[in-house]
Amino acid sequence: MSGQPNPRVGLFVTCLVDAIRPGIGFSALQLLEEAGCRVEVPEAQTCCGQPALNSGDEKDAAALARQTIAAFEGFDYVVLPSGSCAGTIVHGYPELLANDPVWAPRARTLAAKTHEITGFLVDMMGFRPKGRRLAATATYHDSCAGLRELGIAAQPRALLADVEGLEMRGLEGNDVCCGFGGTFCVKYSDISNAIVTEKAEAIERTGADILLAGDLGCLMNMAGKLHRRGAKTRCFHTIEVLAGRADGPAIGEEG
Amino acid sequence: MSGAHAGAQAPFKDRATAALADKTLKIAIDRTTGNAERKRAAAVAAFPEFEAARARGKAIKDHVIAHLDHYLEQFERNATASGAKVHWAVDDAGARAIVTRICLEAKAKLVTRSKSMLGEEIGLPHALADAGIERVETDLAEHIIQLAGEKPSHIVWPAMHRTREQVAELFKTGHRPPPAAEDPATMVQSARRELRTKFLSADIGISGANFLVADTGATCTVTNEGNAELTTTPPRIHIVTAGIEKIVPSTVHAFALLRLLVRSATGGELTQYTTFHCGPKRPGDADGPEEMHIVLVDNGRTRMLADEFREMLRCIRCGACMNHCVVYRQIGGHAYGGTYPGPMGSVLTPVLDGLAGSRDLPNACTMNGRCAEVCPVGIPLPTLLRAWRIRSWREKLEPGALRVGISLWAMLAKRPALYRLASRTGVRAIRMFGKAGWISRLPLAGGWTAHRDMPRPKGRTFMEQYRAEQAKKGGRP
Repeated sequence: MSGQPNPRVGLFVTCLVDAIRPGIGFSALQLLEEAGCRVEVPEAQTCCGQPALNSGDEKDAAALARQTIAAFEGFDYVVLPSGSCAGTIVHGYPELLANDPVWAPRARTLAAKTHEITGFLVDMMGFRPKGRRLAATATYHDSCAGLRELGIAAQPRALLADVEGLEMRGLEGNDVCCGFGGTFCVKYSDISNAIVTEKAEAIERTGADILLAGDLGCLMNMAGKLHRRGAKTRCFHTIEVLAGRADGPAIGEEG
Repeated sequence: MSGAHAGAQAPFKDRATAALADKTLKIAIDRTTGNAERKRAAAVAAFPEFEAARARGKAIKDHVIAHLDHYLEQFERNATASGAKVHWAVDDAGARAIVTRICLEAKAKLVTRSKSMLGEEIGLPHALADAGIERVETDLAEHIIQLAGEKPSHIVWPAMHRTREQVAELFKTGHRPPPAAEDPATMVQSARRELRTKFLSADIGISGANFLVADTGATCTVTNEGNAELTTTPPRIHIVTAGIEKIVPSTVHAFALLRLLVRSATGGELTQYTTFHCGPKRPGDADGPEEMHIVLVDNGRTRMLADEFREMLRCIRCGACMNHCVVYRQIGGHAYGGTYPGPMGSVLTPVLDGLAGSRDLPNACTMNGRCAEVCPVGIPLPTLLRAWRIRSWREKLEPGALRVGISLWAMLAKRPALYRLASRTGVRAIRMFGKAGWISRLPLAGGWTAHRDMPRPKGRTFMEQYRAEQAKKGGRP
């Protein structure tokens, strides 16, 4: 648990949430405030730089890392609604800037106070959602970066267990990649399609009404495939359910 | 560079697309990798010290890599003292030349070989054929590969891309007489019959080595079929070809790594046969070769020692990374195009064959990290794959469209105010291509929309909405 009851938190909404599904950002804001945080959204945020980093463009990735460090290092914590982007700050930045005498320590300091949101709510704030209800069945996909780089597995499940009326169903291969992989899914589109097809089949076999995950990139990939296949599964970010926003439109629904 | 796979290949994407269309291949891959995954998980669950063993295995390998010269020289001294002859090969061509020369000087007509990926790496099968020497593969899966005229598609199960139904067809035409039935037991009996006469009439047996033991000068092979023993014992000459990274200080260290290797590869505790070969036949020995040659192959390994791929030298060739790789499990091993497939192959192939012709391999990865999670010696495979991407970008090998795209995007992302404006405009523009929440076709995003729909952006970015709310509250702009 955090030493301070009301830490100052910098919310990094991530570029995908900013552009595609702002509701995830507002869910994060709401949950962090409910947990007692004083939340700010720095203007200087854009993207963590992962597309450049994973494409091998280390120069641009390092420039974006420095920009993000400068924008967020003044906060007690940095929180992101994405295991993938949080993983980039926690592991990617210190590696990327390891040989920079000025920025390496700053990268390590930021890495030490950066968290994926469900991990932060549970591990640092001891938060549990109160009075949330959702009468539905849902299944959960463990997004790879959150799971393997940050150990996000028990936290989202613990939070979801406190949502009244929500029945969770196990997903076969819950810890197997969905085939998104950032630019991978467009660069190697056919391979990605074969992987996400198997994932969609496993999701459909659960018969759950809702698919939940902690990363919008993976969710867009799985939701897009499920919709193309004509499946009726509705897809939400975990924190949208936790913030009581799952009565609104799911990913790809208008309203 | 490597003679193992000289000759023009179709581009990676075409090979992958062809593999994806092969439904029988997918059945074969799922059977083997699915089994391997389940058995490994059970073996690790039944071995509470696995994490400690992994840390020890990693430490052993790191130690020998840091003192490679010391242990290799010790090995050479002890192997020589045992009566073996040690040869050093700088590259694949050098290794081929040494083995071929030994075979020709011995006037060998028939050579048996037990499975060795290093042999594949240096292109030994072709070299022997070019020298007019009959080569008989004695590992059952390698026997299948030889009948089919193919290359291994997996480092532990070379014929895993073939279903047993396909193997039955191969044996029908390849065995004289053909097997009496198509059940695995009858087919294995048929292969035994085919191979048995070859084992006993071979002039030379060639094996690889899972370990080179520095303090005894022994080489170690592990198999489940006993074919390594039949390959290395009856012939007059035994040749070992091994990569220099196979060195361990002592037999105790070999066993520490064996515990990890076998569990990670097949889920067993130990293979059926674990043999330490120490020198040729001595006076009074009942059997064994008259000559033993050990060819120690560098082929890029000392170069790796000095660069960012050093950790890859820990690899003990268990195959767990490929068994757990979502990409390998869709396209199989041949699509990778190199000697070694899967995640470990995507790190090694650019070392062996050059990055220019293999830049797709480190890129065709989702970076999901499962390979590193199961690696018994803790190799950070995604980090090493990313290191190849960085080199590829630096050497301007990445496609122009991608370079321009990433650079333009980064130019905006480095300027938050401009980025705000661009994203506001962008989401509105993208919205125009869809209706009722989804976009099914989008210019420049065909890679996405060919296979899946794209959720239509909400129309106003988070930052726009947030700023408007803050302004309403009279807070910060």
